[in-house]
Amino acid sequence: MFMKIFLTCAVWGLMYSPFVSIAQTNPAVENNSVDKWPEEEETYEAMKEQTNATFKTTRVINAHSIENTGHGVLDFKISHRFNRLDRGFKDFFGLDGAVTRIGFDYGLTPWLQIGVGRSSHQKEYDGYVKAKILPQMKKGWPVAVSYVGGTSVQSMPPNNPAGTQYFFSNRMYFFNQLLLAHKLNEWVSVQLMPSHIHFNLVPTTAEANDVFACGIGGRIKVSKRVSVNGEYFYQFPGSRLNGTKNSLSVGVDIETGGHVFQMHFTNSTGMSERTFIAQTTDSWSDGGIRFGFNISRVFTVVSPKGF
Amino acid sequence: MRIIGVILLLMLSVQIEVYAQYWTTRTGKVSFFSSAPFEDIKANSQQATAIINQNNGELKWVVPIKSFQFKKALMQEHFNENYLESERYPQGIFVGKIEDISAVDFTKEGVYPVVVKGKLTLHGVTREIETSGKLIMKDGMLLAYSKFNLALADYNIKIPRVVIKNIAKEVEVTVNTLLLKN
Repeated sequence: MFMKIFLTCAVWGLMYSPFVSIAQTNPAVENNSVDKWPEEEETYEAMKEQTNATFKTTRVINAHSIENTGHGVLDFKISHRFNRLDRGFKDFFGLDGAVTRIGFDYGLTPWLQIGVGRSSHQKEYDGYVKAKILPQMKKGWPVAVSYVGGTSVQSMPPNNPAGTQYFFSNRMYFFNQLLLAHKLNEWVSVQLMPSHIHFNLVPTTAEANDVFACGIGGRIKVSKRVSVNGEYFYQFPGSRLNGTKNSLSVGVDIETGGHVFQMHFTNSTGMSERTFIAQTTDSWSDGGIRFGFNISRVFTVVSPKGF
Repeated sequence: MRIIGVILLLMLSVQIEVYAQYWTTRTGKVSFFSSAPFEDIKANSQQATAIINQNNGELKWVVPIKSFQFKKALMQEHFNENYLESERYPQGIFVGKIEDISAVDFTKEGVYPVVVKGKLTLHGVTREIETSGKLIMKDGMLLAYSKFNLALADYNIKIPRVVIKNIAKEVEVTVNTLLLKN
């Protein structure tokens, strides 16, 4: 009798065991419920989050921001800098003396951006390359790092005494910058920009051909689509051109569907790195403030896969 | 004696239950579409995690908002930053139940129309929704398909006046998820 019960239990146990092992691999945990699926850590790990949207566009004001143009995206940029506000009403507060830069930025790969542009200030053509080196991680590495390097050529007629030689290379300038950015939270981002600019030709022998500067910039979002941006470049003593001042700019970014409008006040006339970092001649303290704005419009040239 | 033995055997045989069976995936497809006068907006995600309990019809879909891919990178950025605020609300979650699960035969190939009722949590708002869908059994795999509309205002998703002709007030969501037996 006990033998029968024992045998029945044994047979039942054997039949039962495969179902027991399935029960243990069930993804849901309690009471056959789906509530615990998936575990929260699993979805977070799966996304390994990088910080994004540190700035609203690829420039802080004059300087490059840590943002790259998207892969396959063309960004058309028009920038204006007007004359000093203290020119007064007859010059309409500087509006009559505008310089313009037209530029195109293109995202060649998700981490590499290239761009070209032309400024009416000193008739300068510029080209650059911007590469993402490290991203800022949500939990982990705190600083996003990028490199920007470029060349520019000014094409004004040479103003030299007759008989002196003027080489083409005299017109050329080179710059290198490291962008170090940190997004503190949804509203505030800061960026440090150690920069180097090389001048093939400088006005006097006493001046260095290489200017070293460090810029600091940032943004504070005041609403979902509007932010206040600021930027300051400090040129290190001993490596600055005579009579130049440090560039300081403060402005507002407004983002609409496909455009970003940046309006600001600055003491720099130029919009290329060598002009605004190393050749600013006006200062905020002597009324050298001018109004300027950038407009950015993006076009998707190469659609992502699946579209 | 024999009767006790038979009764015991009967009780034991009745106790052999079928344990809960689940259909799951971590690469489920969910997409949405908005049609407006100026612009059509379409986005796809292939990173939804989904689970269906075969026995009681309970189901859960979790979609990371950042996994939606758009044709225009800037549109994707605005979607995350300004509209869905995915930093604050990183997931869209649906927890619900298939009303008539017993009508679905998970062993036979075929198309089974179902009604699903449950709670959708999106952008910090949870609402009851009810929709119809299909469970398609083929080749031992389960395809869950459903199309339903969501009103953006219901989930506190604000459309600024500037782009009112670019974004529709109601968006059509398509769930087209392939699940495998776990």
